[in-house]
Amino acid sequence: MEAASLPAALELVAGGGVGLSPEKRAVLGASLLLLQRDYRFERVWFWGCIQGVRGAYYIAEGLGPDRAAPRSRLYSLNCVEWSLLLPVTKEMAARAEQLTGRFQGDPSFEYEYTEINAEDAERLFEDGKEPVIKEEARLIATIEQIDRAVGIIPRGAFVKTPLGSVHENRNFEGLSLTEAKKLSSYFHFTEPVNLKNKTLLEKADLDPSTDFLDSLEHDIPQGSWTVQLEKGGTVVVLRSLLWLGLTFYHVPMTKQYGYVYFGTGEKNLDLPFML
Amino acid sequence: AYEHGPYQPHEPGYGLYQPGYSPYDDQIPDPKSRMLAIQNAKAYLLKSSTTSGLNLYDHLANMLTKILDEQPTNAVDIIENISKDMKWAQFEKKMDTLRDEHKILPTFEAAENRKALFLKTNGEGDEELEEEIEETPLPNVMETAYYFEQAGIGLSKDESYHIFLALKKLVSVQPIQTCRFWGKILGLEMNYIIAEVQYHEGEEEEETEEEVIEEGEKGMAEVEDEDEEKEKDEPPKSTYKPQPVIPKEENGTGANKYVYFVCNEPGKPWVKLPPVTPAQIVCARKIKKFFTGRLDAPVVSFPPFPGNEANYLRAQIARISAGTQISPIGFYQLAEEERDDEEEQGGDTYEENPDFQPLSVAEMVASLSTWVHRRQSILKQGRCVWLNPFQNSEEEEENEEEETVEDPDELQQETGPPILTPLSEDEGIQNIPAWTAQPSTNLIPQYAVAILQSNRWPGAYAFASGMKFDNIYFGWGHKYSPENHTPALPPPVQAEYPSVPEITETRDPTLEEELAFKAASEEALDAAEEEEEEEDVEDDEEEEDD
Repeated sequence: MEAASLPAALELVAGGGVGLSPEKRAVLGASLLLLQRDYRFERVWFWGCIQGVRGAYYIAEGLGPDRAAPRSRLYSLNCVEWSLLLPVTKEMAARAEQLTGRFQGDPSFEYEYTEINAEDAERLFEDGKEPVIKEEARLIATIEQIDRAVGIIPRGAFVKTPLGSVHENRNFEGLSLTEAKKLSSYFHFTEPVNLKNKTLLEKADLDPSTDFLDSLEHDIPQGSWTVQLEKGGTVVVLRSLLWLGLTFYHVPMTKQYGYVYFGTGEKNLDLPFML
Repeated sequence: AYEHGPYQPHEPGYGLYQPGYSPYDDQIPDPKSRMLAIQNAKAYLLKSSTTSGLNLYDHLANMLTKILDEQPTNAVDIIENISKDMKWAQFEKKMDTLRDEHKILPTFEAAENRKALFLKTNGEGDEELEEEIEETPLPNVMETAYYFEQAGIGLSKDESYHIFLALKKLVSVQPIQTCRFWGKILGLEMNYIIAEVQYHEGEEEEETEEEVIEEGEKGMAEVEDEDEEKEKDEPPKSTYKPQPVIPKEENGTGANKYVYFVCNEPGKPWVKLPPVTPAQIVCARKIKKFFTGRLDAPVVSFPPFPGNEANYLRAQIARISAGTQISPIGFYQLAEEERDDEEEQGGDTYEENPDFQPLSVAEMVASLSTWVHRRQSILKQGRCVWLNPFQNSEEEEENEEEETVEDPDELQQETGPPILTPLSEDEGIQNIPAWTAQPSTNLIPQYAVAILQSNRWPGAYAFASGMKFDNIYFGWGHKYSPENHTPALPPPVQAEYPSVPEITETRDPTLEEELAFKAASEEALDAAEEEEEEEDVEDDEEEEDD
């Protein structure tokens, strides 16, 4: 969610029961602005909080002029001092996917590999690396996974210019109430995967400036999003069931929208059994 | 055409073409024809489009008027959108004989419900107001919400206030002795807001109990006795004995100590959840399903859940309460009678300790032994107090008793930790402790609140600050397990019938065996004949003697 609209946005996603304490809210208002100054971001998003066993990580993202470019991510243990996270690499992501269980809350904690193939172990020993992975790397990989899988925006909120860069759409006035209840009005804010697989008939209806991303309609498994109207029907709240804790809100017919993650940073692999 | 007109000395095309020989000579107009050209252009712009009836001249004029009126920044970047919006606006009918009916959005109805919460019921005079203020079971939801908010837990203030009013309505309608906001469970279509309630003694309504399946068991026993008496031509009866149904605990004790009311949103009516049975708890432990938000939704699972979503919700609430309802040590003490009782199954009655001295927040956070469970834990059987289901066998026939004598040995009495055990005895999961304790703030320790989060039931929280403490739950209603959920496998196929000599096929004798048998029987026959002859001879001899 936008740093500028943080207080109002937190009120709207509070239906899940987890949020920020007044102390954190107060300090974020100031520290996110300072982040914008120091790193020269154009926009700063408060991404959310990953709850570890002994402590929590607060994550912020900074966006440059092209909103679809890879975002810089920062984490903090107390919302006051922020550290930049390295961009994710494929190896990091592959190794982190094998880890299960809660985050510990300490960025230098090292996970030991318990299940690892003999081949992988040999390969690692040859490279000279030890088969341990730091929690920081796991954090980076998890945030990237969550953003890629369930980071969403309403349709029409961003436009793609002919040069390829993506900007906010100044003419976006919000989705109507009927549109807001449909999953097809929301897009994943990441590289599209299914766009090429659409039939020609479908592609003819698309508007290349606004429909350049995958919509939520065809997410697997079906039903992995809950759409609810909260606060007496004035806010549309989408919650992801694949990554429990990801909440997206939008007030229909206004420009207010955003998503935030308050959770433990674990994928819900039991989803098919639970639906 | 004017652009390529007569080139001035400073323009690049000057001097290239001799006057009279440039390619654009015939297009250079004289003043009169310039006016004509302007009129032609304007006439062209005023031409109405055949498809839409608009003309470009009016459209451009409107657009420029709008731009000059509104003065948007970077107008050139959004000019196409402005143009599109103008065209859309053309199609709005401004004068229509039919008036549009105001759309009744569903949001209006919801707002109506919420407004009803704020209205005072009729006939409330000042006297009643005084009664209310003195002793009310209504909990101070806003105060609890304030403490939890210090840790970042809780709903928005609006929603908390609505829940406050909804609880007030509940308390005024039902004869309630104690009431507490238990928490919120999220669902797919709608969420549940849950209130934990205790009735005044004797006020509770008797519910019609469902027919217990014990009758079926007795029926089986009778049939088996008959079987032994009847002809053995009948196909053997099934020896399947269903597990004895373990009766649910009485209302007011054990897992059914409190009654729970749920509603989907504050403003909607409260629905009472039925009491929980041990079979439901045992099954709920094996399945993991999301709640849909409708109490009558079926729960499709394996093992099949005995009940619908209301029962599943009640079972999960029972499990969560038993595992995560905690209080600071010393706040409650066992009731006087129970302390001298040597029975392992401690009672579940406790009372507030009048001599309670609250510990400091630092102490509450430092060690888990400063907190205790205040609900009985649920045993594997599904009850809080173990019950031997075979105790009723004395009433049945003797045969039944003999057959089931072996079973009580298998069913060992289950015991659980007694009430008011400290949390330090809670098992962790792998290398994670069962609870995470933190103060709400490190910056202002004087006014910090001790906060506990459960790692076994993510979403269960507790706070303590001085004399105040409370528990709450916000989550999806499931236990945490680091391994993936594996559903139970179906049981092995039951053997159809026992192997009893009457129905087991005997092997046909082979040829050698038959011959041997024949030879043996012939020998026996010969031997028998010889003996008979000897006996006859002896008899004859005897007769001759006489």
